[in-house]
Amino acid sequence: MKKHIITSLLYTAITAVLLGIVYPLVITGVAQLTMRSRANGQLITRNGEIVGSALIGQPFTGPGYFHGRPSAAGTGYDASSSSGSNLGPTSKALMDRVEGSVKAESNGADIPVDLVTASSSGLDPDISPAAAMYQVSRVARERHLDSIRLQQLVMQTVTPRQFGLLGEPRVNVLGLNLALDRLQPMQR
Amino acid sequence: MTLNGWLQIGLFIAAVLLLAKPMGSYMTAVFERRKTFLDPVLGPCERALYRGTGVHPEEEMRWTHYTVAMLTFSAATMLLTYIVERVQLWLPLNPQHLANVEPALALNTAISFTTNTNWQSYTPESTMSYLTQMLGLATHNFWSAAVGLALAIAFVRGIARREMKTLGNFWVDLTRGILWILLPISIVFAFALVSQGVVQNMKPYDTVKLLESQKVTGADGKTTTVSTQTIAQGPVASQEAIKMLGTNGGGFFNANSSHPFENPTPLSNFLQMLSIFLIPAGLCITLGQMVRSPKHGWAVLAAMVVLWFAGTLTSYWAEAHANPALRGVDSHSSLAQSGGNMEGKEVRFGIANSALFATVTTDASCGAVNSMHDSFTPLGGMVPMVNILLGEVVFGGVGAGLYGMLVFVVMSVFIAGLMVGRTPEYLGKKIESFDVQMAMLYLLIFPLLILGFSAVTVLMPNLGLSSLANHGPHGFSEILYAYTSATGNNGSAFAGLNANTHWYNYSLATAMFFGRFMMIIPMMAIAGSLAAKKSVPATSGTFPVTTPLFTVLLTGVILIVGALTFFPAVTLGPVLEHLLMRAGQSF
Repeated sequence: MKKHIITSLLYTAITAVLLGIVYPLVITGVAQLTMRSRANGQLITRNGEIVGSALIGQPFTGPGYFHGRPSAAGTGYDASSSSGSNLGPTSKALMDRVEGSVKAESNGADIPVDLVTASSSGLDPDISPAAAMYQVSRVARERHLDSIRLQQLVMQTVTPRQFGLLGEPRVNVLGLNLALDRLQPMQR
Repeated sequence: MTLNGWLQIGLFIAAVLLLAKPMGSYMTAVFERRKTFLDPVLGPCERALYRGTGVHPEEEMRWTHYTVAMLTFSAATMLLTYIVERVQLWLPLNPQHLANVEPALALNTAISFTTNTNWQSYTPESTMSYLTQMLGLATHNFWSAAVGLALAIAFVRGIARREMKTLGNFWVDLTRGILWILLPISIVFAFALVSQGVVQNMKPYDTVKLLESQKVTGADGKTTTVSTQTIAQGPVASQEAIKMLGTNGGGFFNANSSHPFENPTPLSNFLQMLSIFLIPAGLCITLGQMVRSPKHGWAVLAAMVVLWFAGTLTSYWAEAHANPALRGVDSHSSLAQSGGNMEGKEVRFGIANSALFATVTTDASCGAVNSMHDSFTPLGGMVPMVNILLGEVVFGGVGAGLYGMLVFVVMSVFIAGLMVGRTPEYLGKKIESFDVQMAMLYLLIFPLLILGFSAVTVLMPNLGLSSLANHGPHGFSEILYAYTSATGNNGSAFAGLNANTHWYNYSLATAMFFGRFMMIIPMMAIAGSLAAKKSVPATSGTFPVTTPLFTVLLTGVILIVGALTFFPAVTLGPVLEHLLMRAGQSF
């Protein structure tokens, strides 16, 4: 018994250093040397200022930007507090929230479901191509842009399935809005 | 359901089955201490580790010694994690200056990671420092998985050996599992994850300027302007790799594998699901090879695939349907959207990958999530719950899945023996009353903990019900799921439940602790008993364990035991909720 305890303590200490310190530090070192941007969250700079991560969604509510999905992370897209809504399918709170989103986003037609449902992480950077197309008429009006031109921009921004097979086609909302600002800056 | 969805699911299971044989053969070589291509590098490390810890690798252990060594080691690792959590503020690698973790939560988390559960009552990015995640939590992802592997191998030796008192050496099995299997695969996998965008750094959280400032009304009714976003960072990829490979499932971030920094692309998602099943599928082949009956390994694997498919089909079908209560919403699947029940799911994964992930993570005792099970449709959410209730033997956790499955195998041959009125035999070993008693003990501890704790909790409005996020039958499901997940050492959650209270932290910790260790003891007792038995030659009356008939019987026994035990409880949760949802009820 005593021998087991001594071995346990020694084994814990030695392997803790190997698995808990050496292993993550080696991975960090090599990743930082070989894949720096990816290892640091693919931050995007504009005019010398960091304006976001290519992987993390941001809140957009103004009519001149494409909107992302409702977010349950903190007060919305809080990337230090990721979370889903965790509301179940028979939850009254879920129905009320979706009704509010439908009112806010509706252009008369039925809204693509991802645009009015909260994501799992609360940080989903993407919306479906359908949800992006749904917003084209509003954004085009606000930005004084031709709808056809804006539809083209959306189509160019679509990320297809990986290898044509994996996942779902999607539109990165921050990427689309940055491209939109380049195409036709917001008039203030 | 779409053709593309089924193609992705088909590709996934094809990859699992293709890798099972090479993985299984490699593990056989590792645990039978035969030559492998990694020996030149790892051999010296192994010998140095034995010297440094006073292990005599040739020493054989009886089942009692093996179990005691496992228990003392688990206790030592648990202690380390508890201490690191309690003093993290004074240790390095804490750029956000996160406070020391309070005792109830620290204890719950230490037990959670020691037992391979990875239940998380906390939000990691605002609770655990980088050092705690690396040294206190990721280490357990290696240790607890290697412990599971070692126990499974000991059980298999119990079947394979004849008239022997010993099952191998715990320290040797543990070491070989870590050095030859978990660590090398994790290193490769971690780099693959970084290449997809999983972050790996030690820097403080980034603050970025929002493109569009937001007016936000807080809970106190005050409106403030938010113009920046704080982005949590950390050494994620190194932890993510072993989190999946070791079927641990404890997320670096609160949103787990749905967080874009943990699981950024469909490929990273595919690899994560594959890595959950990699070792459990391979272990079936290892079983077949070590007991000199390869077909038996495939027969067991076949039963797992059947149950996996049933779960995936149900979950995918349920989630592809819209929530009927939502109005003015287009939930049809098309080329431009995946449609279905998208609440709590990520667009890049859509319905197929979310339903598949939920099935895989609960078939195995992983518990990582890429979508929120709490927001699944009632029947879609029932699948993960039922998967755990069946004992997580469908592939199952690393090691734990195989030894759980083997207990069901013992039950199956016992029942087959009863049906024809012969003494049941399993691979030449007579299954006698002691073995069946231990198997029943293993099978009964599980529902006792789940149903007992759930029943007590729903009777306590202040301690139990006040933590619920949803009401009606869904609230009951949240509680049932929590104790199911804890006892089954899964760690996924109907995460609306606020489990960071004294009652939940302590009761779930108890469920996790006994759900792991109290089930290991009878399992190891069976292994010890089997190892000591004589081998009797097979006769025409022996029930073969290599045929499709055996696969059907095994599947049937698992389903019948699960249904008899848990049907009433499941009826009060997901089944009732499904009926009420159809009737248009809300809560």
